[in-house]
Amino acid sequence: MKRREKIDKTVHLQVDIAGIRLKNPIMPASGTFGYGEEYAPYLDLNSLGAIVTKGLSLHPKAGNNTPRVCETVGGMLNAIGLQNVGIEHFIYQKMPFLKQFDTPVIVNFFGNTQEEYGEVAARLDELPGVAGLEMNISCPNVKHGGIVFGTDPKAAFATVAAVRKKTSKPLIVKLTPNVTDIQVTARAVEEAGADAISLINTLTGMAVDVKTRRPRLANTIGGLSGPAIRPIAVRLVHQVVQAVKVPVIGIGGISRAMDALEFLIVGATAVQVGTANFVDPNAMATIIADLETFCLAEGVDDINELIGSLKV
Amino acid sequence: MKNHKTIVLSNQEISPGYFRMRILAPDYNRLARPGQFVMFRVQRSLLPLLRRPFGIFRAGFMPADCDTMPPKEFIEIIYKVVGSGTEIMQGLHHGDPVELLGPLGAGFDLNLTSGDSMLVGGGIGLVPLYMLAESIADPSRAEVLIGGRSRDDIIMVTEFERLGVKTFVSTEDGSLGDVGLVTHVLEQRLEQKPKARVFACGPMPMIRAVEKICRSKGVQLQVSMEELMACGVGACLGCVIKGEGHTSEKPNFLCTCKVGPVFNASDLAWNDCDSGGDVSDGDGCGCGDKQ
Repeated sequence: MKRREKIDKTVHLQVDIAGIRLKNPIMPASGTFGYGEEYAPYLDLNSLGAIVTKGLSLHPKAGNNTPRVCETVGGMLNAIGLQNVGIEHFIYQKMPFLKQFDTPVIVNFFGNTQEEYGEVAARLDELPGVAGLEMNISCPNVKHGGIVFGTDPKAAFATVAAVRKKTSKPLIVKLTPNVTDIQVTARAVEEAGADAISLINTLTGMAVDVKTRRPRLANTIGGLSGPAIRPIAVRLVHQVVQAVKVPVIGIGGISRAMDALEFLIVGATAVQVGTANFVDPNAMATIIADLETFCLAEGVDDINELIGSLKV
Repeated sequence: MKNHKTIVLSNQEISPGYFRMRILAPDYNRLARPGQFVMFRVQRSLLPLLRRPFGIFRAGFMPADCDTMPPKEFIEIIYKVVGSGTEIMQGLHHGDPVELLGPLGAGFDLNLTSGDSMLVGGGIGLVPLYMLAESIADPSRAEVLIGGRSRDDIIMVTEFERLGVKTFVSTEDGSLGDVGLVTHVLEQRLEQKPKARVFACGPMPMIRAVEKICRSKGVQLQVSMEELMACGVGACLGCVIKGEGHTSEKPNFLCTCKVGPVFNASDLAWNDCDSGGDVSDGDGCGCGDKQ
């Protein structure tokens, strides 16, 4: 009898991010899941909370020279250089595929100038089937000496405010962790009109081949991701949750349900899985199933009970 | 394309530092084509974290453990121990759990093997050429040119000979076969068979030399390339290679994992000045562990 009860019980995994209803709090991190179709043979895209696309720009972008990736202890460095097909190609060649799924599509985008950000946002705003936009502010501003938008709170504010004018769709701003005080940036983008904040983008890092004495990436410096960065990411999400009222999406080294739960407990409403997709194309499906198992075992009926339940 | 949680069937050292691993792999006989690869995960740990690409040496069947069971399907990969990942691999035994994602990528174009074929393999680069040799309808019209630094780097000659293809071995130090580079042998053989199509896999300097020879003689060439990759399915964009006509304004980056690993040489950007402005600086073929 007791056993039967346990089987009948279901867990409410749905969460809400700025009006986007997610079946569960699990979605891929931009740049690790292509445009969805790459992983469709391995994973049911309908099972995901959302699909987040590779970052798009106004025009196609070539990206960096190779080597672009290298493994480090418990993680990897990448310097892809934001290679992407450009917004027009995406609209006509990639979006039709994504529209067939009953899963919200969040389109990640970036620009080289404030104007470019605005233009891409305007284009995406009118595009049916796009549930929300995720704005990557971790790229350099070519008009202002290459200073990364996201490391200067004033530039971050101005860029987000400019994009906000161009779209009424839910706007998620993805923060770089490579700043002195993440709370300052988080407050700036919230004030500028962000509906949600996602973090963290990769931490800048570098690795050297000691025999050739060359950097292991053609770009010299890259972004570190993978399990190695998780404690840093959890700390930063914790700090941002304290600083803002908008929902937060946690990212950084999540490869198991237990990792995702850490982020939810410190206050993230949803999480993104990145490098783990490369290691196991089925990683997100496993995480979703294990989240449910965890909730059943812990007597949690609704995953929202766990969000921000940190005891300090 | 599937991720199999499977087991090692056998793992033997075939030449000093070179191992041949047989892995249980359902469906691979039906699905795997010559030149394709698998993303191999050695263990569920953080070291190494990412999978590594290995070219498929061959796919086959072996008898089941008892009469009532269907035969077991397997694939074989061949690897050289070069780093921490392959060091773990050399210690694996029958029954050890591993994961295979695949078969992945585009293989060799079998339509090109109707006439004379020349298969050029340098060291571990020989691996993906075996399935190609197996698929050639008339093996007597195919020649396999096998090169390596020394005799230890010359693997699988007997296996190729059993298929009925002619083999030519050369080593840089002359410890086995002719003295010199495999590319010299290629030049000589193309004198004899000027209409042959060439299929090559090996270290990058060899690939470059083969491409130069084939271009100057107007011979059609397919090459199997290697790049560092994280996902193997075209998502990470780590393994791109410059395609024909690539410029920074009009990028033509091709994923080695998805468009390749086998390319028509004419579809790639070759640049004789070695400035790094052309195809990868990798050290050969989609079949080894580079860590």
